[in-house]
Amino acid sequence: MAKQPAAVVGVGQTHHRAKRLDVSMAGLCREAIDRALEDAGMTLDEIDAIVVGKAPDLFEGVMMPELFLAEALGAAGKPLLRVHTAGSVGGSTAIVAASLVQAGVHKKVLTVAYEKQSESNAMWALSVPLPFNMPVHAGAGGYFAPHVRSYIRRSDAPTHVGAIVAAKDRNNALKNPYAHLHNEGTTVESVLASQMLWDPIRYDETCPSSDGACALVIVSEDVAAASPNPAWIHGTVMRSEATTAAERDQVNPQASRDAAAALWKQAGITSPIDEIDMAEIYVPFSWFEPMWLESLGFADENGGGWRLTESGGTAMDGVLPVNCSGGVLSSNPIGASGMLRFGEAALQVRGAAGEHQVDGARKALGHAYGGGSQFFAMWVVGSEKPSN
Amino acid sequence: MTRTLSAPVTVAFDYTRSTGPVVGRFLTGLRDGVVVGGRTSAGEVVVPPLEFDPVTHEPTTEFVEVGPGGTVTSWVWVPEPVKDQPFDRPFAFALVTLDGATRPFLHALDVSSPDEVSTGMRVRVRFAEERVGAITDIVFEPEIGEPAATTTLQTVDPVTGVIVPVSLDYLYAASPEESAFYRGLNEGRIVGQRCPTCQKVYVPPRSACPSDGTPTAEEVEVSQTGTITTFCIVNVPFLGQKITPPYVSAYVLLDGADIAVLHLILGVDAAEVRMGMRVKAVWKPEAEWTYSLENIDHFEPTGDPDADYDTYRHHL
Repeated sequence: MAKQPAAVVGVGQTHHRAKRLDVSMAGLCREAIDRALEDAGMTLDEIDAIVVGKAPDLFEGVMMPELFLAEALGAAGKPLLRVHTAGSVGGSTAIVAASLVQAGVHKKVLTVAYEKQSESNAMWALSVPLPFNMPVHAGAGGYFAPHVRSYIRRSDAPTHVGAIVAAKDRNNALKNPYAHLHNEGTTVESVLASQMLWDPIRYDETCPSSDGACALVIVSEDVAAASPNPAWIHGTVMRSEATTAAERDQVNPQASRDAAAALWKQAGITSPIDEIDMAEIYVPFSWFEPMWLESLGFADENGGGWRLTESGGTAMDGVLPVNCSGGVLSSNPIGASGMLRFGEAALQVRGAAGEHQVDGARKALGHAYGGGSQFFAMWVVGSEKPSN
Repeated sequence: MTRTLSAPVTVAFDYTRSTGPVVGRFLTGLRDGVVVGGRTSAGEVVVPPLEFDPVTHEPTTEFVEVGPGGTVTSWVWVPEPVKDQPFDRPFAFALVTLDGATRPFLHALDVSSPDEVSTGMRVRVRFAEERVGAITDIVFEPEIGEPAATTTLQTVDPVTGVIVPVSLDYLYAASPEESAFYRGLNEGRIVGQRCPTCQKVYVPPRSACPSDGTPTAEEVEVSQTGTITTFCIVNVPFLGQKITPPYVSAYVLLDGADIAVLHLILGVDAAEVRMGMRVKAVWKPEAEWTYSLENIDHFEPTGDPDADYDTYRHHL
């Protein structure tokens, strides 16, 4: 049996901040949930099931959020699922929620993802030394920086392209009231002048550490009929691969390429650069914009990514606006960052993205990745009901 | 000799928790010498208060002072307390419905024998003399004799956060294949294994080849010289860091191996390190060797010409 049509009719998020000391994790989730429900014109009582995602457990020292959050999420008496796929979790959580509707199991599913980075230290959590091994790990930046260097070498990229991405996303964030960073006056030059942290990654080319949450209401076709502007789900894909393997492509992982190919096929898209109106791509370090542009098939795999970025093609007024919300570079509650990409894509095709709206956006990509570039989650949402 | 190597690991961190206004109100009460419950829409008085009403889903806003007396509704005996439990001597955990509350509250009951506790018995809250606004500010005791005087406070700043130290001790066990690798390092050798299916040489070896799932078996000693495929210069200090920045963390593809190992590069200015640079292992003095990749202190340039890009481009 074919999938049932499903649509996003509610999107909610918190104001992302370095520290939200005024709310508990439950309170943080409820801010996002209450906004998503208000947007959907629904109450928690109408929701059939709840799907929750959060950051890796060591990141905030919470192993089973579903246990202590059940009542706060309105899950008493309802199915409550937890999803866990490292940094891509926000995306895969949304996809699990969507699948419950697409499978015809539920009609109204609430999904929420969150993280309070202020309650722990992700850098520490990612660098715990293991016996017998060399303690050279240095957080996510230390992990990804060598692969960024590989990309620059492979694609012969000019070294300022990362700074172009960072300046673009930080300026886009000025149009997003929910964004964590509102760094006025960020320029390519100011990014290049910032401290080199994990050479070749500079301070201004890295994501912040944020507290925040995002929630979506995903509903069946008949329920979506009541919404003035549903974001229809045209395709969802998840793929995984081994963290390390001989000759594994760490710059353009097989799982990423496979996921993108499957996604475009599902969504009936033959030329992503022409048919996708904007993309929210998981870019925690600036260079991942050109890297994912190539992996996703928006540009050729021999430097097409950085050429697209350098040409201004990913700016708000470009051929493919990328991360109009400011992206992960401007707000990074890790557990929620993937869902924020998915939710921002939905806001765009609903015409509800406010100041950072791309005029006439009809089809948008939401993308997330996690682990050592080994988990991928992506969806395409559109303003029209899918025809396939 | 045991087949596999293992070593203890402690993962410890003092997590902080923002309490939010509802749990914060409860903890503020404990610090001030009163127990505060929350009233639900169904008229129940719950201790500690629920952050959100289970029926209306609204935040709890009505607070009720309860206790200090209460009635045991169920209990369990703890004959051998473990670290960080409320007492270092045998005690009971009891569900106590405090006077004024409708739902029981779980906490430690200070009695010396299971004969001193029964369902239905009267107990009361005993406040610690020094209180910080944490659940450990109180325990229960039998309602016998006069209660100790409790200083009640009227503090101004509410409790908004608590610190929750977490310490996880476990035994890290290397696989049999990795153990062979670490034993080799203890002999000054770098020993990988070849996957019988794809013929790739894994260093360290794997219980299952990540590409095809076949266990690696055939031992292959690889060279102590190799090529830097890619690297980063770590300039950033962080909690728990073992090496003082700046340092070069590099993937080194040893000659004869099909996967790079991550290691430290020294003996060259960080700015001079290049992709393709040829490097060799520099071992610690033999007297310091253990079963560890740390026996190799670092890698340093051999001085040979750089490797051709095509020899390592498929390892990026």
